Parts: sequence; structure tokens; C-alpha cells
Amino acid sequence: MRIVVASGKGGTGKTTVATSLALVAAQQHTVCFRDCDVEAPNAALFLHPAFDTHREVGILIPQIDAQQCTYCGKCARVCQFNAIAIVGKKALIFPELCHGCGSCTLVCPEQAISERLAVSGALDSGVTPEGIVFAQGVMDVGQPMAVPILRELKEWSATDVTAAPDIEIRDAPPGASCPVVETMRGADFVLLVTEPTPFGLHDLKQVAAIAGQLGLPAGVVINRDGIGDDSVGAYCAENALPILLRIPMQREIAEAIARGHSLVETVPEYRPLFSNLLDQISARLDT
Amino acid sequence: MKQLVILSGKGGTGKTSVTAAFAHLASLGPFADQVVLADADVDAANLQLVLRPQLREQEEFRGGQVALIDQDTCVRCGDCESVCRFAAIDENTGDYVVDPIACDGCAACVYQCPTGSIAMQEQVVGTFSVSDSRYGPLYHADLFPGGENSGKLVTLVKQRARARALDDQRQLLLVDGPPGIGCPVISAVSGADLALMVTEPTVAGIHDLRRTLDTVRHFGVRALVCINKADLYPAGVQEIESYCHAHGITTLGSIPFDLTVADAMVAGEAITSYRPGSPAGLAISAVWERLTATLMDVETLAN
Repeated sequence: MRIVVASGKGGTGKTTVATSLALVAAQQHTVCFRDCDVEAPNAALFLHPAFDTHREVGILIPQIDAQQCTYCGKCARVCQFNAIAIVGKKALIFPELCHGCGSCTLVCPEQAISERLAVSGALDSGVTPEGIVFAQGVMDVGQPMAVPILRELKEWSATDVTAAPDIEIRDAPPGASCPVVETMRGADFVLLVTEPTPFGLHDLKQVAAIAGQLGLPAGVVINRDGIGDDSVGAYCAENALPILLRIPMQREIAEAIARGHSLVETVPEYRPLFSNLLDQISARLDT
Repeated sequence: MKQLVILSGKGGTGKTSVTAAFAHLASLGPFADQVVLADADVDAANLQLVLRPQLREQEEFRGGQVALIDQDTCVRCGDCESVCRFAAIDENTGDYVVDPIACDGCAACVYQCPTGSIAMQEQVVGTFSVSDSRYGPLYHADLFPGGENSGKLVTLVKQRARARALDDQRQLLLVDGPPGIGCPVISAVSGADLALMVTEPTVAGIHDLRRTLDTVRHFGVRALVCINKADLYPAGVQEIESYCHAHGITTLGSIPFDLTVADAMVAGEAITSYRPGSPAGLAISAVWERLTATLMDVETLAN
């Protein structure tokens, strides 16, 4: 069972919910956690994995052998991202524009193009004290594209695991553009964490629409319940989005999370609630 | 004209609430009628929810293309599937079909198809809007859910907003930035004179602040920091302050954790106009005063 925790708006509590769900799930199941917010990965701060494996990742970008190149310009013409320019007898490559699609390499009539890995980030993995197999992607500063790192992260199983985990939890990035779509692709369920404010609602609609386009069932967690207004509840009712858990606004929780404590270790009364959340998700997938 | 971008790294630290308050405060002081606003968080565009502007113009944003296979001429050789590095082409009972969500728009399949059966189709992935708000013209956009090229849409929003500021001789372009450090952030930072980080003293906030400061420095833009929800974790505030001190980054002050901010959001108002005397309202006003002093100081900006 692969569960994505997403939100649209940042700071609604995705990582809070994802890490507590993982901690509770790990009591009875084998759990794999993937922090897919490669621009701002924070789940390790709460789950404390002992990282033992590290791999650099990126995309394959072209390099042109000047001896073989005839400057015909075919590579530049097929590139949709203007990452290659032929200026007189010079071939220029702009790595920051390249998507790593390989089209230029395929069309070169002289086979003058080879590819090299342009590193844009790294993957780390390790096991947490509770036995959760943890993996994260970390994008290098100054890099624009998160999706290639995410693709590698989703496939990666470096840390020694004997079998596929019962439950995989993916902590999604904020927003509603391509990195969120890539995080959701191939998942079974989307858990939408929101706060009951106009910002929370606006952005919830965006991610709920992505889950809908991908045909994924979804449910909602309302965090900081009690602030704002009840428009999120009304929206969920109108759109048959089940509200699976409400976490009231409590300063004590906010302070503990600020210090890097997970919700279920701060307020152990939440353990059965998260266990119930997991049961509700599996029940929805079984029907 | 000066360009100020509000960033954070971690989402939900209060960028948009602070931006809206700045827009309000600017309308009261030396920047009255001198501001153009740009919402550069195009996949979660929330500034309009506070400013409730009057829409003036709207246009479609075409951002990239997806491949489309002509099933009548396709000979089902599967070459397209094998060259696609984005797993966007699936074989479905003998037919090859493109998953438009996965398609990167690279057109590698187009050039490899032996029968010329694949064409690229332009996609409308969002809308671009110009509105009039209480506090000045607002340039904003909505990327459709799952849309690509958010960086290009951010660039469009900023270019148009900048052109408007120059045309109207307005002195300040105030840009509400996206979270993270990737392509939309890079587009939001480029060309800025100053970047204000709205951070929070949480382990996650501090972790992401460092990465965002590195990103801003990478693009040669001067950064300032203000700490929101400061009373949640005093040790975190100290950590941020000493980090900033060690890196020569000015901190402009702290804003306390104040639920009135959520009430202002529901009311569709800036916190400083909704409850000017609230703890957050007063603190943001104080930050704004220090910020305007920096903005006015052209020599400081030149460094």
C-alpha cells in the first residue's frame, strides 16, 4: 500500500502527519518512508534514520566530440529546450536547460554525442530506530529541476531490505505542479493535509484535482482544527472527500514540532487515532 | 524601481500574510501608490485571497507541449516507448498511447517515429491575470493542477509586473515568492534587489532557511531575515540569529505566533489593517519600518 501525504499549501503539517503515520504503522508492519520534498526535505529531522547509503543522481546530458561534429545543427533543432546552440564552428551546451531526454544523441548523424551524468542532487537512505526504511532525495542548491531526483528516489531501494514493505509513505512537496504529480504517480492513496483557512482550502482544491486526474482515492486530514473557518469541511462534504482525522490547534503541539518531536511522541493519545487513520485508508482501498 | 521578493524555503511560514501586510503598510507611507504586486507562487496563488482584487485582464498560459500519436498511421513498432525516458508512453493492447501527465514534451519520440505518426501539441497549463487591488496593481497566475513550467509562468508574471512598474514609474515591485528552492524560486529571485526570508524557529524552518539563503546567495541577491512565530521555540530563534550573524545577514526582527493572522485571512484582509494593534500586526509594522529604511538606502543595495 503506497500512501502519498500532500497538501498544496506549505506548512499545513504534511511531514507531521506522514512521520506520525509511519511511526504508528511501523509497530505492526514493515514500513518504507520516502521524503519526496527534495527541495526542502525535513522528515529525517523527526524520524532520525541512521543514513548508511548515499548516491549522487542527476540527468544524462550531452557532450559533443568536436573531432566528429560537422556542425550540421540537427541536435539543436530537435532540442525542445534550447539547450544546444551551434554557432559557426562551435557547439554550445547549456546544461541548466537540458531535460536529459537523449533526443540529440539519437539524431546525431555522426554519433558525435555521448552522455554524462550531470549531478543535481543525492539520495540517502538508512533505517530509523523503529525499523522504518527511510530514503530521501536532496536537490543541490541552484538546481532547477526536482523531478529527475524524485524519479530516482521512487525506484530506489539501496538499504538492505529483504522484501517489499507492507506500507510505503511518501511525503510530498508543497504546491501543485510537476513534482507533486510525480510523487503521486504509482501511489494507491492520497492523504491531503490541510488547515481550515482560505489558503488551506484554495490549495487543497488544487491537489485534490491532481489526485482526481490520476484516478487516486483521497482522504483529508484537517490540521489546526478550530482556527479559520469551516469552509474546508463544507468543501469536503460537497465533493465527497472523507475527512479521516482532525487535529485541533494546540500550542503545545506546535512547540513540540518546532523542537523536532513527532506528534505521536508528544501526545501519545494520537497513536490510536493514527492507527485508526491507517485502518480507514486500507478499508477504503479494499472496497 | 526596486524589487523585493519574499521567500522562506519551508512552506507555511507566513510569506503571503507578511506580503499582504507589507502591501497595506506601503499604501500608508512613502511608498503610497508606488507599489506593483506580483504573486510568484503560481501553483498556490493565495495573495488574491487576501487582497480580493478586481480582475482586469486574463489570458491563457501555454507552457510546453505533449506528444500525440496518430493511431491511424502508427505501425505499432514501439520505438517511441523505448526512446522515452519519462515512461510516458504505454502499450495498451497493441496500441501505443501517451500519458500527457508524464510526457515531458521533449519530442524525442517525434524524431524517432519511422512513420511520422507523432506530433507535439501545445498545452494550456494555466492562466495569467492582471488585477487592481486596494494596494496597487496585482500580477498573478494560476497554474492548472499538475501543470508544467511553473518557472516560466513565474517569469511571465514578474516581467509584466516589472514593465508595469516602469511604465507607471512606481518605485517598488513586491513579489510574493513560492516555497522550496527549485525553478519557480529561481525565477522569483532573478532580478530582485533584495530577498526577505520569512522563517520560523522550527527545526524544519531553520533547515530550509539555510538552503534558501544558499540559493539566494548563489544568484547574487542580498538577503534579509525576519522570524515569524518567534515565541514557539526561543532556542530556535537564537540559532537563526547566530547563523545570520555568522554569515553577515541582517535580521529585521521577530513576529510572535498570533492566531489573529488566521482570522485576518478569513476576513480577506491584511493583518495590519484587520487588527493593527494585534501582536503580529505591531511586529510586522516594525519589520516593515526597518525594511523600508534598507530599501531606501540605495548604497546598501549596491553592495
